[in-house]
Amino acid sequence: MELVLNRPAPLLKRLSLLDWLFAAIVAASGIFTLSRFGEYMDIYEKAILLAAVPSLVVFGWFWKPFRPLFIVVGAISLFAVSQYQGNLARMEEAFFLKYLISSQAAIMWMCALFGLATLAYWGGMLARSEFTMKTGSALTWSAVALGFVGLMVRWYESYLIGTDIGHIPVSNLYEVFVLFCLITAMMYLYYEARYQTRQMGAFVLLVISAAVGFILWYTFDRGAHEIQPLVPALKSWWMKLHVPANFVGYGAFSIAAMLGVAYLLAARGILASRLPKLEVIDDVMYKVVAVGFAFFTIATILGAMWAADAWGGYWSWDPKETWALIVWLNYAAWLHIRLVKGLRGPMLAWWAVIGLVVTTFAFLGVNMFLSGLHSYGEL
Amino acid sequence: MKPAPHSFGKSVFELLSSMRFAISLLSILAVASIIGTVLKQAEPYSNYIIQFGPFWFQVFEKLGLYDVYHAGWFLLILSFLVISTSVCIWRNAPNFTREMKSFREHVSDQSLNAFRHKHEVATTLAPEALAANAKQYLEGKGYKVRSLPRDGGVLLAAKAGSWNRLGYFLAHSAIVMICIGGLMDGNLVFKAQQLLGYKKIEKRDIPQSQVPAISRLSPSNPSFRGSVQIPEGSSADVVFLNVADGYLVQDLPFSVALKDFRIEHYSSGQPKNFESDVELFDRSGKKIREATIAVNHPLIQDGIAIYQASFADGGTRLTLRGWNLFTPTAVSFPIDGTVYQKTTLASAASTYTLEFVDFRPFNIENMGDEAEASRDTMSVLGGSPVSDKKHLRNVGPSFQYKLRDARGQAREFSNYMLPLELDGRWYMMSGVRDAPNEPLQYLRMPLDADGKIDTFMRLRGALLNAELRPEIAARFARQALPKENWGTEIEERLKFSATQVLALFAKGGFQSLGQFIEGGVPEAEREKAAATYLRILELTAFEALQVANRQAGLPPPTSDDATGWLVRDTLSSVSDLFVYNSPVYLQLMQYDEVKASGLQLTRSPGKNVVYFGSLLLTLGVFFMFYVRERRVWLRIKPGHVLLAMSSAKHTIDFENEFTQHAQALDALAK
Ligand code: HEM
Repeated sequence: MELVLNRPAPLLKRLSLLDWLFAAIVAASGIFTLSRFGEYMDIYEKAILLAAVPSLVVFGWFWKPFRPLFIVVGAISLFAVSQYQGNLARMEEAFFLKYLISSQAAIMWMCALFGLATLAYWGGMLARSEFTMKTGSALTWSAVALGFVGLMVRWYESYLIGTDIGHIPVSNLYEVFVLFCLITAMMYLYYEARYQTRQMGAFVLLVISAAVGFILWYTFDRGAHEIQPLVPALKSWWMKLHVPANFVGYGAFSIAAMLGVAYLLAARGILASRLPKLEVIDDVMYKVVAVGFAFFTIATILGAMWAADAWGGYWSWDPKETWALIVWLNYAAWLHIRLVKGLRGPMLAWWAVIGLVVTTFAFLGVNMFLSGLHSYGEL
Repeated sequence: MKPAPHSFGKSVFELLSSMRFAISLLSILAVASIIGTVLKQAEPYSNYIIQFGPFWFQVFEKLGLYDVYHAGWFLLILSFLVISTSVCIWRNAPNFTREMKSFREHVSDQSLNAFRHKHEVATTLAPEALAANAKQYLEGKGYKVRSLPRDGGVLLAAKAGSWNRLGYFLAHSAIVMICIGGLMDGNLVFKAQQLLGYKKIEKRDIPQSQVPAISRLSPSNPSFRGSVQIPEGSSADVVFLNVADGYLVQDLPFSVALKDFRIEHYSSGQPKNFESDVELFDRSGKKIREATIAVNHPLIQDGIAIYQASFADGGTRLTLRGWNLFTPTAVSFPIDGTVYQKTTLASAASTYTLEFVDFRPFNIENMGDEAEASRDTMSVLGGSPVSDKKHLRNVGPSFQYKLRDARGQAREFSNYMLPLELDGRWYMMSGVRDAPNEPLQYLRMPLDADGKIDTFMRLRGALLNAELRPEIAARFARQALPKENWGTEIEERLKFSATQVLALFAKGGFQSLGQFIEGGVPEAEREKAAATYLRILELTAFEALQVANRQAGLPPPTSDDATGWLVRDTLSSVSDLFVYNSPVYLQLMQYDEVKASGLQLTRSPGKNVVYFGSLLLTLGVFFMFYVRERRVWLRIKPGHVLLAMSSAKHTIDFENEFTQHAQALDALAK
């Protein structure tokens, strides 16, 4: 009885030693990065780095598994950087780099692990094997870790190619697809733990696998993995904020769509006994749409501010902007129907699925079929 | 029954603030926006006419489809969204504010009993004691609690997450604010002036100083977005606003002088940065400041933001050598040109206008298939991300011009200054096309041992010159026949064939030869005949070169592989000249580059309104999503407690929290 009566301890007291250790490590990495690479950053980028430190710390406190992820990714990335010895050619010579943790190797491993994770989740769900699904989670975690290592190392490699070429790897379709896989997987892992159910993984991993398929095709058919210098319009610190925010949105909307599929199947009795209850699917679906909508709102605003800096107007009705607005209006309508009209069920699930079609068009279709100011990352 | 007098107004109000209307608006706006992304906006009207034909062009124009986002109907939908959102706020405001403040302590026992989320416990504790504990518990969970004595017991009314409602106000007023900010930056003022006849779009292509006042906007115009191209060494005190199929001139409160424009390149040749060094002067000519503008680094002056938007040629001066392609001789003449200017080319037959269109100091071309090859050897892991850019090459300067004949028909040309290596040999390249949307077709002219096209031109002259034909044919026949056949019938036949082949070729290149063979030779023998004619042509061409060199006072050509290729390439190039179909080839000898910087100047008073609205929107959205509004009541009577809970949103979190409270109450009530 004492226990329930107690006020919850204030946030700071609830933190464990591990939390503080994590905070110290994040702060140390921030300082290390600043001292080591500060000369390549402008004042805004330094500010972003400094703001990232507390944000990551708080994020790690909020979502505990992020702490080991951060440390593992950081350690492997540093190891990879040390293996380079400042020489790009070591990519083909050093064993670890060549087969494991050069950016391209790590990303290919990420692809493979996501593929395996998809199989594990499906196998586990169909066979009702909790263990197999746990394997799926573990594989997903490993894929996320390697994917982030890949991006971090790619960031470093781009500077090795030329200090004027170096840039954060979120600048073209190839890089953002990797980012998409990682963000989508992380968000899913968060909800998996939160709702204590792994069955939805089978569906979410499908959309990640599709992205992986695209990455592979894009790499092998188009050589898109080559690091290209930035076009002048992209040389801005805004990119570091705008692109990741956008992909939280895209990732969330994709998860919502896959849950929509799961919902529709379960509502027809297909796999119903193997999937979580409809209310749970519905609830997660709402949660991810809400996260996605919030971040998409921020991303669009950041994009408008960037456009004001680069093109001279915060809104130019360029196709990419317009489609971002369409996506945004679509989910605004979705949220209203659900929250204000109180509608639930198949109709919203269908809408979430169609929402992904709209989102995909905004993300890919615009680059493929329409031309405009956002004329990079063509297919 | 009489309808109430205010019923129409009221039902409009109902409609505007209804959810169904709001959702319909959101959907309609989304669909309407698509149109403008599918149909390219603000193109020159002539493009639309070509694309849709005159009838649909007019229909689409009436619908405003060439500038959808400024079309009346689009603005109307937007204003409906603004009205609907405002009315919605207006309608919800009283309720929501009351709700935010209220603890709903007047709720009756009866209605508490009817709650879906309720939990009853028997207790032995005194109501006041339990109430104190429960209040402490709820406050610990972040609730604001009000404790009221009621009928011998206590009512605890608690609420948490009132900011959710605040979020609603923030987010929805933000929508209104953003739309208003957008309208402030839109062209509504101009549209009104245009409707009333105060302003008119200028459609003529005239110098800016001659644009009449009716098409000019004053420097005090609160909002505009226009662009201007300034050549190096020049200045501008106006910008141009593209409107429909014309433009407006916006006078600026200052003038911008461009000192220098630079393009920096990466080592691979892709552009890395565009920068303009500018000086600003006020209207009296006093210097205000000096600055460098780059992409992503605008300059702000008098509330006007100046951006690096584009670049272009600023009137480069070109020194050219014109090769006359009318005469069957190698004649060239000097000619000068300036980009964006015109000159006339007169010949005996006709007059042409030569319009210089553009000059490009760099041309990065994709040279071949090395990229493909490197991809095949990629390792299993996907290979190195280090780009192997060997296939990209800067092939040097080029210039573009149009040649307009007396009937006004123009063809476009693009000539490179430097030779290009193709298949191991060097050529001068000149591209040509009939219409802007066609791909360029290239004429390649072979270089001689000195790296010039003079030999090609000389040989061209000799090949086309009918007067030289007898001599060339004679030389050819003598060369081809052993001495004992000289002066015989065979020699005459050979001479005849050679003359015929030359004449045919001079009439229309390989095409004429081909037609001749098709017309006169049975199908089975055509291939053989073609090979023979080709052989004759090549040999006569070699003789033609001998003659041409002699006439020009040059030593005879060496008979080696290089000359062989030169002759063969010349033949195909001369044949292509019939398709090239130009009276002249313009060779770029020298240039004096002048660059121009394209600047965009914007004054947008609505920007800060939009940004502030965006901030509110972000805050509002977070409050709405992440502050969960919920209420708890505890009706404590001697011996009995009722827990009731409600929320606007029934999520699983809510269910969990209810369970938690119920358990806590069980513990507390013991
Ligand atoms: C572009 C226009 C609009 C946007 C982006 C927008 C956005 C939102 C968002 C994100 C929510 C929160 C949903 C949630 O709590 O999870 C919401 C709620 C709501 N919206 Fe809108 N909205 C817009 C226009 C309107 C209009 C025109 C109306 C009037 C009919 C309206 C009425 C409401 C109401 C009543 C709520 C529920 C508030 C609550 O109970 O907490 N919205 N809106």
